[in-house]
Formats: sequence, C-alpha cells, structure tokens
Amino acid sequence: MRERWLILLGYGLFVVFFTFPLWRAAAVGSSASMPRLQSSPAGQCVAPVEQMRAAHMDMLFQWRKDAVRHNNLSFVAFNGKVYSKSLDGTCLSCHDKQQFCDRCHAYSGVSGPGCWNCHNDPRAFAPKVTP
Amino acid sequence: MKITRKEFLELTGLSVLAAGAMHAVHAVKAEEAARPSTAQADPPKKQMALAIDLRKCRQRPGCNLCSLACHTTHNVPQFTDPRHEVKWIWNETFAEVFPLDQNGYTRRNYTGSPLPILCNHCDHPPCVEVCPTGATWKRPEDGVVMMDWHRCIGCKYCITACPYDARSFNFSDPRKALPRINPDFPTRTLGVVEKCDFCAERLAKGEPPACVEACPEKAIFFGDVLDASSEISIALEESYSIRRKPELGTGPNVFYFL
Repeated sequence: MRERWLILLGYGLFVVFFTFPLWRAAAVGSSASMPRLQSSPAGQCVAPVEQMRAAHMDMLFQWRKDAVRHNNLSFVAFNGKVYSKSLDGTCLSCHDKQQFCDRCHAYSGVSGPGCWNCHNDPRAFAPKVTP
Repeated sequence: MKITRKEFLELTGLSVLAAGAMHAVHAVKAEEAARPSTAQADPPKKQMALAIDLRKCRQRPGCNLCSLACHTTHNVPQFTDPRHEVKWIWNETFAEVFPLDQNGYTRRNYTGSPLPILCNHCDHPPCVEVCPTGATWKRPEDGVVMMDWHRCIGCKYCITACPYDARSFNFSDPRKALPRINPDFPTRTLGVVEKCDFCAERLAKGEPPACVEACPEKAIFFGDVLDASSEISIALEESYSIRRKPELGTGPNVFYFL
C-alpha cells in the first residue's frame, strides 16, 4: 500500500503530459492562423463562395469527368456566364495555386489529390533543365 | 418419416448453399445483361483518320518536324535511355513498319527514309479491350482512342496488347526529362501510360492535330474517313494506300501512300 502515492503521481504526470498541447495552446495561443484567402480578382467565381468552399472538389471531379471522358467543355455558371471546364485554364486564371489552393489545403491538413503531379501552375512556371 | 440429426444438418447446409448459389447466378446474369455488347454498339458517326503521303515525306530526308511539334506540344518526355523512351509519333525504318511489304525495290529506295508511325486509332482497339480500369476508350463521336491519365493505374496491359508499339510507359518522373514544359498542356506522372490522342484538345477547338499543321510538305491528311467528301477520303480514293498489320483485324486508321 506504500506505493499508492507513487501510482497516483504517475497517473497525475500522465494526465499532465497527455493534455499538454491543450495547456500550451491555452497559454500561448495556437500558431495556426486561418488563411485569409484573396477573393477572385474577377470578382465572381464560377459558383457562390459558400458552395465553392464546401464542394469545389465535387465540381472539379465533375468537370474532369465531363471534359476528359465526355468532351463536354463548357460550363454554364449560376449567373449564366459560360466557362471552360479547365483547372489550369479557368480556375488558375484567377486563383494563384500557392496562395490559394496550397495554403488552405496545408492549413486544413488535407493533402491535395495529386492534381499538380501533371497539371501545371502557370504562375510558378519556370523552365526546367534536362538532367 | 424419421430424420437423424446428421441428415437434418446436411439438408440445412445444402439448402443454404443452394440459395446462396442462386443469388450469385442472378447477380452475374444481371451484370451480363447490363454490359453493352460490342456487337450491338452503334456504329460510329465519324472516324477520324490520318493519311501520310510518304512520297512527300521522302522529299525531306531526316525530317522529324511532325514528331517534334507533337512532342513539344504535349510535353512528351525525352528520356535518353532507349528502354524508357516515350513516343507519340516517331520515325521508324520501312523494314520495321512494313516487314511483309518489302522487296528489292523498297529495300533499295525506301531504306534510307524512315517514316512516321503513331497510334492507329483502330476500329477494334485491343488496348481498350484489355484496360481493366476504363482509362482508355474509343470515343463514340469521332472514333479517337482516348486516354484518361487520371484513371490509368500503369498496369501496362495496353502496351502488351497494342500490336503497333504505340504506347509508352513513364518509368520515371517525366517532368525531369522535359527541356521545356508547355504550360498549356499537362505533363504525365510516374507510372502512367501515354500515347497519341489525335490532339483531342486541338480538335475540341476545331484545329487540326499538331503534326498535320507542322508538316512543311503538307504530307499528312487528317479527317473523317466516313465522310466521302472529306479531304482525306478524296486522297484515299485517288491513291493506293496501305496500313500497318491490317491482317490482325484491328482496323487501323492510319494510312500510308507509298
């Protein structure tokens, strides 16, 4: 029974260490700050902001399917404007990949689905040299 | 009637097995019925094809402008290791391309003039038959054999199936083998198969394929062979043409005028 205090101390230390991130965040504040994304320079995206925020991945998936598999390239937006279903051509003509896509994906810890393994970022585009 | 415990258990087991088997049979039957049969598929409305006039090609020995234009437009990597070569349209010797059409005259006159070869956009493409993911398919509206690089898993069945060697595999990162990237066209990534798609992105804009445009001799005709009034149909009507390995029944759609 003499080890009771030792065991309780161990429990106490465990709880303190386990909850350390919470204490620390409460004391010094979180280092992560929500990215403040620039809105589209054109003023209006292909769909309302709320919809794009929640479901841009579904739209991109649908665009990809339509463009690649069904040769259907024109998208009529909610306001009647017609856009080309193109990631590099339409999305990136307004948005900056690094400032827009990457920042938010990094913040929310959602790794990109590998778009940029093949698609080019027209802004960060630099001539490559043959190895 | 008396039934033993053992017989009862056997009967129960068999009944359960039979019911399960019926389910499986029904499921397979439903899937068979849902799958569109190739025989019943609608005949294509258009069939895009290419005809290359080798008489004009031979006017410019060593010319590879079609290949150059294609490969720079589509960011085709230039791997130096021949085992890793990626090609959409490229030059090959007459003996390689038409091994059965050789004779003394062809050997004497054509040996020194390699001719361009590419995907034949077959009527019955074996690559499409074998692709397990549907990453390659024959477009019903114009007969172009397309590729969806998003969906390619790099199994290379299509490479084995293609009798024309028209498909290449990216054994390493293609971006490292590109002297210049054309920002208007995506690159491919490691582990993906690629091939000529008759410049689907240009066709969508109403432009001819890059090779057709780049040819200084205007030796390449492109168009719909099902339309009798198209330029290519008229050219094919006027001159005798041959195709690569037509005996295989793939129905190649790249024609050569000798």
